[in-house]
Amino acid sequence: MSKLAEHTDFNAKTIRQDFPILNREVNGKPLIYFDNAATSQTPQQVIDVIVDYYSNYNANIHRGVHSLSQEATDAYEQARIKIQHHFNAKHAHEIIFTAGTTHGINLVANGFSSLLKKGDEIIVSALEHHSNIVPWQMLCERTGARLKVIPMNENGELILSEFDALLNENTKLVFVNHISNALGTINPIAYMIKEAHKVGAAVLVDGAQSCPHIKPDLQALDVDFYVCSAHKMCGPTGVGILYGKEEWLKKLPPYQGGGEMIAEVSFEKTTYADLPHKFEAGTPNIAGGIAFGAAIDYMNSIGFKNIANYENKLLEYATEQLLLIEGLKIYGTAKNKTSVISFNIGNIHPYDIGTILDKMGIAVRTGHHCAQPIMDYYKIPGTIRASFMFYNTIEEIDTFITALKKAVLMLS
Amino acid sequence: MTIQEVQDEIIDEFSMFEDWEERYQYMIDLGKTLPLIDEKYKTEDNIIKGCQSKVWVHADMSNDKINFTADSDAIITKGIIAILIRAFSNQHPKDIIEADTYFIDKIGLKEHLSPTRANGLVSMVKQIKLYAIAYQTQLN
Ligand SMILES: Cc1ncc(COP(=O)(O)O)c(C=O)c1O
Repeated sequence: MSKLAEHTDFNAKTIRQDFPILNREVNGKPLIYFDNAATSQTPQQVIDVIVDYYSNYNANIHRGVHSLSQEATDAYEQARIKIQHHFNAKHAHEIIFTAGTTHGINLVANGFSSLLKKGDEIIVSALEHHSNIVPWQMLCERTGARLKVIPMNENGELILSEFDALLNENTKLVFVNHISNALGTINPIAYMIKEAHKVGAAVLVDGAQSCPHIKPDLQALDVDFYVCSAHKMCGPTGVGILYGKEEWLKKLPPYQGGGEMIAEVSFEKTTYADLPHKFEAGTPNIAGGIAFGAAIDYMNSIGFKNIANYENKLLEYATEQLLLIEGLKIYGTAKNKTSVISFNIGNIHPYDIGTILDKMGIAVRTGHHCAQPIMDYYKIPGTIRASFMFYNTIEEIDTFITALKKAVLMLS
Repeated sequence: MTIQEVQDEIIDEFSMFEDWEERYQYMIDLGKTLPLIDEKYKTEDNIIKGCQSKVWVHADMSNDKINFTADSDAIITKGIIAILIRAFSNQHPKDIIEADTYFIDKIGLKEHLSPTRANGLVSMVKQIKLYAIAYQTQLN
């Protein structure tokens, strides 16, 4: 069996041994890490790649004739190809390394400044990470375009008939996340891309939450742009990718000026480098890019089918157990969702529960999850959010449920 | 009592707790029982927005001493507020400005008062000192 062959007998207990951090204690208790939607943990295989880079071939890329620089460049470009294959992009140069999802979104929003005019429309969904709505608001201010929002229903699903109604010949761009970070809803992006294309609009999919759970086929989806972050899928922080169809990336102007992104420079005129370098000004996060490639290898060695099957079991079990707690309400009950559970218990403030759980070594997220419009919809200040990855276990969920009951007892 | 005496008294009380549970239960009970602020002062102006919980603070002065009232939407935050108010309320502005709040460290509250915690408590302590400075200028 090759190293990359999928584990046939998926065993979370064995897999956990790859993650050194899962051995630590917090406040004297074994760590239970249920804040995976914020950032995932890093396996030794990825940590080793980072250490190896800095220990053995740290050098600036694309500019040196010396061996180290060549080795670093090769490893970085190999990672790009790995990422291309993973997401099934047509060309490696359609993969632009970024600092993460946020950076990729800003790059596209900025590029569209020169392509939009007054009267044009941009559609975003009500399920967005609120910081990701800001680049589009800024784009609208710059260009006079208008922002339209696809509303959601009580279950946290986008209302597709409303989306259909918003589409028209003025629609230039649709921005939607593949999976909502606050509720875990999986959005029907294939349908949305197809419908948007009928009116000639481009689509940018935010894959920050889906990349650790779903392996998308970007060519089959026919999506125009896709962004994600390595740290959501067992890679390091501060690195991610923007995928763009070649024809779109050629159309967009460069985002930042600097080294790497130019072909020739004089004070009269600068010509820009070809893709992908046109969008990669300055020294990039080289170790991060290489480690992103290693993270993708790692996830594929576990296998996305195994991951989805197992995480669904965790989701089902946790949902069932949580609903047995009196007064507990789950927000986000879409038919299609990933292993994210947002909830509140009675009138107890999420911060209080989160604080007590932390005392028992359990890491969850509390607050509005950068999705204030969703919280406003449900008229709540925030929720407690537990999000699972393939290295979490049923036993951890049991401990979590016991801890929650204790927190409720202390707080009521 | 001086601020220092109140602090020592609080430290004494907390030293009796055996573990985090007792400590937290005490703070939660404080949070539940105390009516902390007149509803009319729970205004947008008096609100300190933390990312995680909200805090309201109000101050008034009588006989050259400041009285603080406050509230929060989270109970643990409210319990901590009750402790802070006990230390700072009914004190002369000058003493509040000069107070060294060592008790926070001693009773294990430091984690709640870290600037990155975003629960509004750090801003609350800052706000208490600002009120004291403002009232002190009135007295001068
Ligand atoms: C849906 C979604 N989009 C974007 C982001 C931002 O990702 P990053 O902080 O890596 O840029 C996140 C991360 O929380 C997210 O969940």
